[in-house]
Amino acid sequence: MIRNEECIVLSNQEIAHNIFELTLKGELVQQMNEPGQFVHLKVSDSVDPLLRRPISIAKIDQATDMFTMIFRAEGNGTKLLAQKRVGDVVDVLGPLGNGFPVEEAKAGSTALLVGGGIGVPPLYELSLRLKMRNVNVIHVLGFATKDAVFYEEKFAELGDTYIVTVDGTHGEKGFVTDVIAEQNLSFETLYTCGPTPMLRALEAAYPEKNVYLSLEERMGCGIGACFACVCRTQEDPTGYTYKKVCTDGPVFKGGEVLI
Amino acid sequence: MSQLAVNLPGLQLKNPIMPASGCFGFGREYSQFYDLSTLGSIMIKATTVEPRFGNPTPRVAETTAGMLNAIGLQNPGLKKVINEELAWLDQFDVPIIANVAGSLEEDYIEVAREISKVSNVHALELNISCPNVKTGGIAFGTIPEVAKELTKRVKEVSSVPVYVKLSPNVSNIVEMAKAVEAGGADGLTMINTLIGMRLDLKTGKPVLANNTGGLSGPAIKPVAIRMIYEVSQHVNIPIIGMGGVQSAEDVIEFFYAGASAVAVGTANFVDPLVCPKIIEQLPVLLNELGFDHISECTGRSWKKNEKLAYHRA
Repeated sequence: MIRNEECIVLSNQEIAHNIFELTLKGELVQQMNEPGQFVHLKVSDSVDPLLRRPISIAKIDQATDMFTMIFRAEGNGTKLLAQKRVGDVVDVLGPLGNGFPVEEAKAGSTALLVGGGIGVPPLYELSLRLKMRNVNVIHVLGFATKDAVFYEEKFAELGDTYIVTVDGTHGEKGFVTDVIAEQNLSFETLYTCGPTPMLRALEAAYPEKNVYLSLEERMGCGIGACFACVCRTQEDPTGYTYKKVCTDGPVFKGGEVLI
Repeated sequence: MSQLAVNLPGLQLKNPIMPASGCFGFGREYSQFYDLSTLGSIMIKATTVEPRFGNPTPRVAETTAGMLNAIGLQNPGLKKVINEELAWLDQFDVPIIANVAGSLEEDYIEVAREISKVSNVHALELNISCPNVKTGGIAFGTIPEVAKELTKRVKEVSSVPVYVKLSPNVSNIVEMAKAVEAGGADGLTMINTLIGMRLDLKTGKPVLANNTGGLSGPAIKPVAIRMIYEVSQHVNIPIIGMGGVQSAEDVIEFFYAGASAVAVGTANFVDPLVCPKIIEQLPVLLNELGFDHISECTGRSWKKNEKLAYHRA
């Protein structure tokens, strides 16, 4: 169930260049049942910026009512969010959307988790949950450059972790798809979140695998009312059929929507 | 009698607050947050004869104190709106205002004729002002004679009163208002969005796939207030005002300008509970300002010899 709650900032710190880790406390954490869902945040009480900001959930701790997000301070909204201090209040609407189906990966099987940039965070809670279900996890995480890398050790604690940077300043040089091919990684299920070209390449490369992709799109309401974030389906690429990224997604099965 | 109840053509409203068309879908999403029967009315998403997918994404872009949208009238088409959406809305005790859109005159006529027969549809809102569709829509909303003729034709087939939604993207809105009044409009709704644009800092290209979009939100409120102020002094039909409404104070300002009811648009995206919050706050604010009934506020900005609230015994 979606809740609207004023959550309290427990911590907010820069963990890589312009990348912030924000932990909030609130009862709506009890509603967070899947990795890959997101929350819609009001970053200011003023009318500028006006709209909420959709941010994915990186870690859920229901025992303590805490959840963590990792975001890049880039636009005026996320820059304001980066300035929140311990004890500040943030207006949160959520949890929203459908997350990654963990039950699709069987115990003893291997899941490959591929993230790109600010698409990496939701994979952390996913990896924790897969691990809990005795699924082997392999992570391939792509970043632009060394300064932008975060959570390398945290992911490494859960399974094999390959870091890729576009400029080669840390880990392998190139794109995540290059590394998956070079390392000849074998897996049954693929979960991914990141830039659309990356999702497209992965979907095309592994048509025979069980693939789940998390999409990003500009949103208005975040609850399915405004029709800002619709996408077409692969079955009906030119017709009237549509999916809303906010409520039908953000996670879709490979082959479901046109990306 | 409630301080908030208002009677408009076709509409006996328990309060004058309603979500604006296009900002509330068909109500399903918001019904997760509150009982839709709380609302005075609901202006449902624009309906066309055939289903429409709408424009490519990105469809929205934020602006200072506002947002641009170019959804493109995405809707499931007349049949599904009647059989699924309006049928679902029937469980609530709330009169519906159906927003009617199209490309050709025949489209408007067909939607108006069929949708006005549905029992919970108490009025139509003729959408002659959508800035985001390539044909129709806006052309009907910018040429007074064309708007008048369309209003007349729709009136002939509609089983319920017809409100015409005016575009602010005209040089003389009073002329437009008078034209649709002469065409038989029972009321006006205003304003639709202002055409605007945003360019990407890195690429230099438009942010919206449609290039231009409709500007809404608090940024446009002064324009709406001015236009309602001007139009309400020149027509004898009621106005449902809209444009950047966020609070009970904003609602009162729209009434002062000349509105008889108020629709809330973009604010629903920011706070899903904004409509019930405004409805709850209005009586408190009316008492503070010394009004017995909200209708006393209508046109206060220009009415002469007005009995001032503080003069009342």
